[in-house]
Amino acid sequence: MTQPQALSVSDLETVYDALAIAIDQSGADKAELFLVKLALLNANALGDLELFKSHLATALADL
Amino acid sequence: MHTPTTEPRPSLYYPYEVFKPWLPSQHPAQARQKVVIAGSGPSAMVAALELARHGIASVMVTSELQFSQGSRAIVFTRRSLEILQQVGVADRMTEGGLPWRFGNSYFRGQRVFRMEAPHDPDDRFFPMLNVQQQYMEEYLHDACRTNPLIEVRWGNKVESVTQRDGYAEVRLDTPEGEYTLETEWLIDATGGRSVIRTGLGLPMEGASYEGFFVIADIKIDLPLPTERLAFFDPEWNPGNTVLMHREPNGIWRVDYQLPAGETPEEALRPESLKERIDAQLAMIGHAGTPWEMDWSSVYSARTLTLPDYVHGSVVFVGDAAHLLPIFGVRGANTAFQDAQSAAWHLAFVVKGLAGRELLANFSAERVGAAREIIEEAGKSTRFMTPPTRGFGLLRDAVLSLSLTQEFVTPLYHWRTSRPHEYTHSRLNSQGDDNALFTEGPAHGAPPQNIRLGANNFLLDHLGGGFDLIYFTDAPALPDSLREEVLAARARGVPLRVTAVGASHAVAGADQTFADADGHFRRRYGVRANGAAYLLRPDQHVCARWLTLDANRLKSALATALAPLAA
Repeated sequence: MTQPQALSVSDLETVYDALAIAIDQSGADKAELFLVKLALLNANALGDLELFKSHLATALADL
Repeated sequence: MHTPTTEPRPSLYYPYEVFKPWLPSQHPAQARQKVVIAGSGPSAMVAALELARHGIASVMVTSELQFSQGSRAIVFTRRSLEILQQVGVADRMTEGGLPWRFGNSYFRGQRVFRMEAPHDPDDRFFPMLNVQQQYMEEYLHDACRTNPLIEVRWGNKVESVTQRDGYAEVRLDTPEGEYTLETEWLIDATGGRSVIRTGLGLPMEGASYEGFFVIADIKIDLPLPTERLAFFDPEWNPGNTVLMHREPNGIWRVDYQLPAGETPEEALRPESLKERIDAQLAMIGHAGTPWEMDWSSVYSARTLTLPDYVHGSVVFVGDAAHLLPIFGVRGANTAFQDAQSAAWHLAFVVKGLAGRELLANFSAERVGAAREIIEEAGKSTRFMTPPTRGFGLLRDAVLSLSLTQEFVTPLYHWRTSRPHEYTHSRLNSQGDDNALFTEGPAHGAPPQNIRLGANNFLLDHLGGGFDLIYFTDAPALPDSLREEVLAARARGVPLRVTAVGASHAVAGADQTFADADGHFRRRYGVRANGAAYLLRPDQHVCARWLTLDANRLKSALATALAPLAA
């Protein structure tokens, strides 16, 4: 099931750039740690276990 | 020939007594026993004492001549103290023990989580009490050796067990050679390396975790309170965890995880121990404080259980039945509950008050408890010793976030050992009013202690059989209820009646508590005369009624002693 468009295109573009820059900032050996922290923060903000699980499945697909 | 050492074990604080071995040549031919208990640890001795309380004699055989080497189990929970109170050693435990209820988790020098275990004014015992295992064993042994129903045979090592029709043959080795002891029931309380379990070819189910922990006891004077200290990812031991506990007698327990790939032999070299303990002391700001090593050992985390604790004539308890991670103090604390449970179930079968199916209930309840513990302990263990790269990343992310984000700190929670609630036990009454109560311990729960006065609590007055707590301010129990109580006793069922809520002694009750302020009744969710709780011999609730009558009591006792097979 595809996600509804919740961010405006311009906000999505900002997220795209900001996340890329933050991954580079975290450094090669800390990028994973950084992304896991981010996922936990987002999961807590989401406040919806089922939605989070569906995100896990969506992100795992087509790797 | 079994030749246990007769040299007292080394210790900086505990004077070991070396007991004389029991030798078959000095005793007449051995009759078949009712119950033999193999082992001399906490579960063995609690089982022997609880059996004796129900009038059942036992012979305890142990390969050792001394108590446990090193402190081993050091943290005992409230429920463990309640069980030890039932077998008469709680006062000695609390006299020498260090009570506590706070735990602290540190990361990068910051305290990121503080656990506070609640201490209810109705509880006699603290949430946790630190006592070295040798002392606990000494107290239990003193109770065993003064009990005429318990015979302790030191230096008797179980070699093998053969199941016969209705009994077991136990082959024992002693310092003068072997002999055979027949017994109708054998309780295996010989611990994690049980040769009885392996000899019978019984496999355990579950998982073993990689990674070793060193346990070291050091004598040191540290000006710190009795609280659990956990240090995650310290600079001197990156990625790993270090734990500290205060013990009595000026001893501190230091546990630390070993870097991947390091062997236990390497880790236990004196130079290695010294370097790491010095580093830990430096990290907590006590570099250079003199210390002496008392005892050290290595363990790894395992979550394994037998799927059934009764095989023929053999009943398994404690580490012989299951291996649990020690994070969350689950070893001895689970063993006490196993032993208490096994003992009363077995006593009722031996006395002919119940059939073998009651023992199947013991197994079902305690295997269920072990599986619940494994489920809970698995969570702590996956945080303490992440088994995969993914779990390692999540743990590190939580550590990092915990410096600023409170929402992750519950993940530090220890999930400390707690008594299992037998919510779906087959011993629970089906036709009672359990679901109608809004307060109080429910089906299968351990009882809520009640402070009755200064140094006077409900649990001081219960145990040794079924307990009926009957709430009334009438002069007497109803006649039909009294008759039912007497009828149960006439069948041999031990049943004590405690009346609550009358300022006078209630006729037909064995004891009466006035409960002048109504506090007891409130905590038990009782609003009117005639309500009651029925507690099993391990004090767990098996029935409760808003209005009790003779038929309901009769039915509940029948269910508790003759559970229908699942």
